[in-house]
Amino acid sequence: MAGVSLRNVLKSYGELQVIHGVSMEIADGEFIVILGPSGCGKSTLLRMVAGLEVISGGQIAIGGRVVNELEPKDRDIAMVFQNYALYPHMSVYENMAYGLRIRGLPKSEIDARVQKAAGILELGQYLERKPRALSGGQRQRVAMGRAIVREPQVFLFDEPLSNLDAKLRVQMRGELQALHRRLGTTSLFVTHDQVEAMTLAQRMIVMNAGRAEQIGAPLEVYARPATTFVASFIGSPPMNLIPKDGKLLGVRPEHLEPCSPADAMLTIELDLIEPLGSDTLVYGHIADGQSVRLAARLHASAPAQAGKLPVRYAPQHVHWFDPVTGKRIGP
Amino acid sequence: MEKRVVYRSAWLPYALVAPQLAITLVFFFWPASQAIWFSFQLQDAFGQSSSFVGLQNFVALFKDPNYRDSFTVTAVFSVLVAGIGIALSLLLAVMADRVVRGSFAYRTLLIWPYAVAAAVAGVLYAFLFAPSIGIVTYVLKGWFGMDWNWVLKGDQAMALVVIAAVWNHISYNFLFFLAGLQSIPRSLIEAAAIDGAGPTRRFWSIVFPLLSPTAFFLLVVNVVYAFFGTFGIIDATTQGGPATSTQILVYKVYHDGVKAADLGGSSAQSVVLMAVVIALTVVQFRYIERKVNY
Repeated sequence: MAGVSLRNVLKSYGELQVIHGVSMEIADGEFIVILGPSGCGKSTLLRMVAGLEVISGGQIAIGGRVVNELEPKDRDIAMVFQNYALYPHMSVYENMAYGLRIRGLPKSEIDARVQKAAGILELGQYLERKPRALSGGQRQRVAMGRAIVREPQVFLFDEPLSNLDAKLRVQMRGELQALHRRLGTTSLFVTHDQVEAMTLAQRMIVMNAGRAEQIGAPLEVYARPATTFVASFIGSPPMNLIPKDGKLLGVRPEHLEPCSPADAMLTIELDLIEPLGSDTLVYGHIADGQSVRLAARLHASAPAQAGKLPVRYAPQHVHWFDPVTGKRIGP
Repeated sequence: MEKRVVYRSAWLPYALVAPQLAITLVFFFWPASQAIWFSFQLQDAFGQSSSFVGLQNFVALFKDPNYRDSFTVTAVFSVLVAGIGIALSLLLAVMADRVVRGSFAYRTLLIWPYAVAAAVAGVLYAFLFAPSIGIVTYVLKGWFGMDWNWVLKGDQAMALVVIAAVWNHISYNFLFFLAGLQSIPRSLIEAAAIDGAGPTRRFWSIVFPLLSPTAFFLLVVNVVYAFFGTFGIIDATTQGGPATSTQILVYKVYHDGVKAADLGGSSAQSVVLMAVVIALTVVQFRYIERKVNY
């Protein structure tokens, strides 16, 4: 196993630059999630690590070895694709054994590794089946099995759960976590789903328009977003951003609490109320005439009805951002 | 889910298929039944009288060494046309698939030969390879010292019609292979690259198996093409010659019936030809298709 270093990695297609210098040191065995909206360059970054895209500038090192010029097969990585990319004409067994056969491993060794992976992923009874005879979740597991048998230094996941239905996604998320605990292989996981990112990541990179906006542990990123982009991308509903004294005041919906009009720090003109059972989400705009959208997460027992809702927040829950650069300026 | 369209009117569906049925009846079933009928008759050369002779035309046919020879010629010709045609077009499609810049022009050029009618293609190649004035002949003789004269040499005549037939049909094969290649998800190739397969290995272990349904379909189409579609090329170049060295079955049907005025014998041949093509197609679908499905 090995760590991965990204050193000022750049990517451009002709004139168009899509990755603007991403740097990160990933420790051996870490589970890193690359999070961002579509088109932010997160998949491109992963594909550069895999060797499927040429690195236009900077360096990528795996286990201390610069891999910029190496073919994908020489980088000692395995990748799980969004559409799984299983070989449709091969059985599950052959799909997993393909890479090992190419490397010329002895038959007994190949068999041992495939059986072991099939055991971990509970694929034992499907080994002779073709991919088309499997369900989405089983295909997903085969794709993972194909990565595991290689025993690579690094796993690369390109939105592997996005083709699954919601329930299966939660289950596979759990299995992925268990797998990582068991194997301890360095993993890079690309997703646009903040829940996946929050639950899987030991650290995450939040990307926007080809830049790493913030790198850090999920809760740390949630608690101290470095930019307004991160603040509004992570958290659902996103952080409220209110112009105040030439700066932007940020406060999360769950930190707004109803109070008496006399204590109110803000008054929300409610437009929409969503009772979820566990809590109630309310949306609206600020009452003083500005067109600032606000959201609050209220206790399920809180009275919520159309009209004005006076709310307050504790000072320790306040974030300050520069309205021009979007960068965090305090606290 | 019910995918069939249900018509309320009783006659509308029949009216809709009527044109296709009419064409099939007039241009296939009627001539085919005529051929079967004539194959049991002996006619005089001027079409004045005919008499029923049972299976004698067929008996005479299979006793005729020329006819058995024509079978061999057809077999060699169709194996060469289908084999070379499919292999070459696959190669072209793989290369065209890799081209990024100018791919449109490249593909368009590769599709052009299909726009040339078989007879015109035949005339083109007859000129290019003409023993006395052909430009290719000039190169073959002048640069390689080859004694090129397909008018006299049977194997060279065969080479000529094979080249012309392959050239004329290559665009068709090319288009299907290119479409097949482009329908293979890119991520499969990438997965194989990460698995450690080089370009050659990727082609034979991933791309080719995924193209095999296309290749099988093209095999059927190419064999039928070699049997029938090449008539114009042969008629415009060798006319079955020299002697009978390029006289494939369909050309012999025409030659014996139209030029030699043996209507009964020619009809018997065309009945045999029909049976052969039907049998070939059935065999191909029965035995080969099973192996290529995944």
